Formats: sequence, structure tokens, C-alpha cells
Amino acid sequence: MSRAVLHVAQAGPHVSIQDGGRLGWLRYGVTESGPMDRIAFARANAALGNPAGAAGIEVSLGGLTVDCAEGAVTLAVAGGGFVVESAAGTGGSWTVVTLRRGERLVIRRGPWGAWTYLQPAGRLLARPWLGSVATHAPSGIGGGMLAAGQEIVIEDARVLQKVECALPCPVTARPRHEVAVVLGPQDRFFAGEAIAALTGAPYRLTDAYDRMGVRLRGPQLVPEGALSIPSEPILRGSIQVAGDGVPAVLLADHQTTGGYPKIATIVSAHLDGFVQLRPHEIVRFRAVTPAEAVGLARLRARQRQPFDR
Amino acid sequence: MPDTTFPRFVPVADCGLLVEFGDTVGGPAHAGVLALDRALAARPVPGQRETVPAYVNLMVVFDPAETDHAAVTRAVRERLAHPPEARSAGRLHEVPVCYEAEFARDMAAVTDQTGLSAEAVIAAHLAGDYEVHLYGFAPGYAYMAGVPDPIRLPRKPAPVRGIPAGSVIIAGPQCIVTTVTMPAGWWVLGRSPARILTGDPDRPFLFDVGDKVRFTRVDRAEFDRLSRGAA
Repeated sequence: MSRAVLHVAQAGPHVSIQDGGRLGWLRYGVTESGPMDRIAFARANAALGNPAGAAGIEVSLGGLTVDCAEGAVTLAVAGGGFVVESAAGTGGSWTVVTLRRGERLVIRRGPWGAWTYLQPAGRLLARPWLGSVATHAPSGIGGGMLAAGQEIVIEDARVLQKVECALPCPVTARPRHEVAVVLGPQDRFFAGEAIAALTGAPYRLTDAYDRMGVRLRGPQLVPEGALSIPSEPILRGSIQVAGDGVPAVLLADHQTTGGYPKIATIVSAHLDGFVQLRPHEIVRFRAVTPAEAVGLARLRARQRQPFDR
Repeated sequence: MPDTTFPRFVPVADCGLLVEFGDTVGGPAHAGVLALDRALAARPVPGQRETVPAYVNLMVVFDPAETDHAAVTRAVRERLAHPPEARSAGRLHEVPVCYEAEFARDMAAVTDQTGLSAEAVIAAHLAGDYEVHLYGFAPGYAYMAGVPDPIRLPRKPAPVRGIPAGSVIIAGPQCIVTTVTMPAGWWVLGRSPARILTGDPDRPFLFDVGDKVRFTRVDRAEFDRLSRGAA
């Protein structure tokens, strides 16, 4: 069995080990976690012939530098427009590189996008919980956040000879500035002006952005008398409005239940493009019917199928 | 007149249906949630991925490639009209708590606010009949309703960081035994050696929604013994 060991020389905040996610445990307070951008993650695994959902590393705008301390392994980097430096030279993400003992790989923020994925051709060793190594950042459960000094061990590490070095970046992996939402489930607590503001005015993402969610900046959306609704289930993409009228979008590590009213929910087909927006970028929300949202999900599932083996 | 407002079916994005049985905690709505939860466990609707029970409503998460809100609504209505056989009562768990000072960082604040002695606060906490209403906040955080009136307090103005796993915390009518070290804005009364995250892959969580809980008091020596046994 060949084995590769990567030494983490630098890791920005929010860099973590992720796999396809920990699905089916919402009723026990366990959110799915997994990649923020599921499309890019799937493409990186598919490029290497990995099983769908194979574990890798989610890299934030803070970047990642690893040194190969042992063995050799081919890696795919997909998601966003990051800069990738290796022995092969400097290029962009959406690439496949091979790292050999003594070589360094640097991933740092580039012209666009907020998250990228470093997937090894091999099995990244990490401690699973409930059958998944996906890191739940707030609790640290799962494979964990990465920090300088750590070692990443890849078992069954492969060096792929015949592989395209440049991966196509699908249009669905680009940042999405117009995002479809279904109103509710608690839109009834908001006046018509608030709904009109949400779906009419531009909002900006703020720096309050991590794997749990992102706070937005834009017109206030003050709920009417809904300050203490009973805690209820939350899905990824939920746009929650706290008492101060500031909306926040809940993402991969969201809480499973909460008592703030949810004015609308981003359709799942548009979440991957939404998370590639950076802080201070503009987003506009467009209301669609639940049936239209299902149609978008089915279209997205057909587009993804070849990469979800 | 019967209330025809409920159940209410609210679509959530492309993959959720929120089935609401009421607006207020403590009313009959939770019984409706539990009944539907059992019905959907016994007979899942086509395309169902999971269900998430809460105080007054239940989320059905579904695969939009297989079904849609209208079909799930019809299937849920049918399950509600033909509920499964009589409910099996939730299981009763006895959960040990050590209330000694080193584990009860907020005892002084609670005695100040309630006017009770520490022993009276402990007695009140032990006297409650608790029921797991929902999970939330973090993995394995089971929200148990049943804190007796004399020790119901509003949560702290701001969360406190680094509340250790196993802490027994209260706010309002709710009590939680924490499972990971996280911030919390609730009042810490003690610590439990119980493993809510059991480590058993077949049954990874100690409680199911609907289970009953009674707390029992243990001293430090017993806490240590149970903690070792649980490890």
C-alpha cells in the first residue's frame, strides 16, 4: 500500500476536512456539514476517479500550504478562482497536480470565489463520527479544522499518469449574484414592504461569514411580533432574521433548529453558486414558487449526475 | 368549533415540507408532532429523506428528484388520517447529576435570582418530570421541557464561552445536558456523567424525541466512578 504524508505549513481560518456530509441526523441536532460548494467538491473527486463523497480538504480564502513529507500523490483542486503553486508552476484552481516528497503546494486566494477543494487520489485518514469525517466547525466534531504543524496521511495514494491537468469549470460553479428563493416558512411574520425589500433591493455579504452562515447588509427586515416563535427545524439556505432586522443565510454547519423567523429559503440548486460570493459582493433574491424550485433541483440533479457516481 | 387552521403545510425551498400543529409551546401541538413522527417512521412517504420533530411542527425533508411538496402533502394527510396503533410511551431515562460546586458555576447566580438556597434549587431541579421535545443548537443537545416554576430563569444576556461537555444547564422551562464544549447562555447547575452521544453505532444518541427523563443526584465519588465506567 502506498502512502503519502502531507505536512501543513500554513492553513487559514475555516480550512477543514470534509466529505460528502453527515446526512440523516437532523432530528438529533446533527447538521449535514460537508462541502460548502458541493458541485466543485464533486468535480474534484470525479476528476480523480474517486468515489462520490470521498474526503478531502475545504480551503477558504485564508489559503493552505502543504509540503509532501513522504510518498507521492495526485491531487485535484476545484472550486472558485484560486491560485495554485506547485513544482509544475503557478496556475489556477480547476487543475490536477502531482506532489512528490519534498515538494510544496500552495493554494491562495485568486481573482474570484470563496472556497476551493483539495482532493487526494487516495483515502485521506480522519476520524469519522456517525460514518462521516465531515467537520462540524462549531463543535470540532469530525475530521477537524486544519492548522500549521498538522500531518495529513493519505492511504492508497495514487499517482495518476493519464489525467487531464486542466478541469473544465462549469458555469454552475461560478459565483451567483441572482439567487432564487422560496418565501417562508415564516414570511407571514413580515409586512409586504419587507418581502418587497428582500426580493427587490440588493444585499451584500459581510465579513461575518463562516461555515455556519453569512450575515447580509441591506434594507432591514423587521418582523412583526415574531420575536419568540417556538424553535423549529431549519434547512440549509434558510434566510433567518434576528431581532435587529438583519438577515443571515444559514449554510453547511447551520443549527438544526432555531427560534428566529425565516423569511425565505434559498433553493438548493443555487446554494453552491451563492457560497462562492465573497464578502461585500452583491446578491439579489428572486422569489420562485415551490414548484419552480423543484424544477430547478431536478435540472441541477441531471447536470450533476455524471459526477455523482 | 374545531380549529381548522392546523395542521398547516408550509413548503420550504425545494426539499422540505413543514407540517405545523400549532403556534405555542406547551399546548396540544407537540402530541400532533409526535404522532406524525411515529406515523412517518412506520410508513415513510416516497422520497422521504428524514423528519425533524420540534415543539409545534415537524419538517419532512424529501428528495426533489423523486417527489414534490404537493405529493408529500397528500401523503402526510393520508398518514394523519390513518395513524399507527396506540403510541408507545417514550422510554424513561434516569440521568445522574453531580451538583457539587466545581461543576455548578452558576449556582450562586441562580440562588440570588430565585431567593432559594442551593439545596432548594437542587431539590427543585430533581423534582421535575422532563420530556425530550426536540434536539437543536449542537449535536446531541436534547431540549427537555419540565424545569419547575421556582427555578425558571430567562437566559443570560450573552452566551459564555467554553461550557464543558456534560454540563446540566437550564433556561425557562428547558434543561439540556450538553455534549460538546460550546458557548451557552443558560445557567449551569451541575454536570452529568451520562453519555448522550453513546458511541454505539446502532444507537448513537441516548434519547429519542418523546422520551422522559428524571435526574438523580450523585456525589463526586459516584460521578467519577460513573465517568470511568462510561469511558
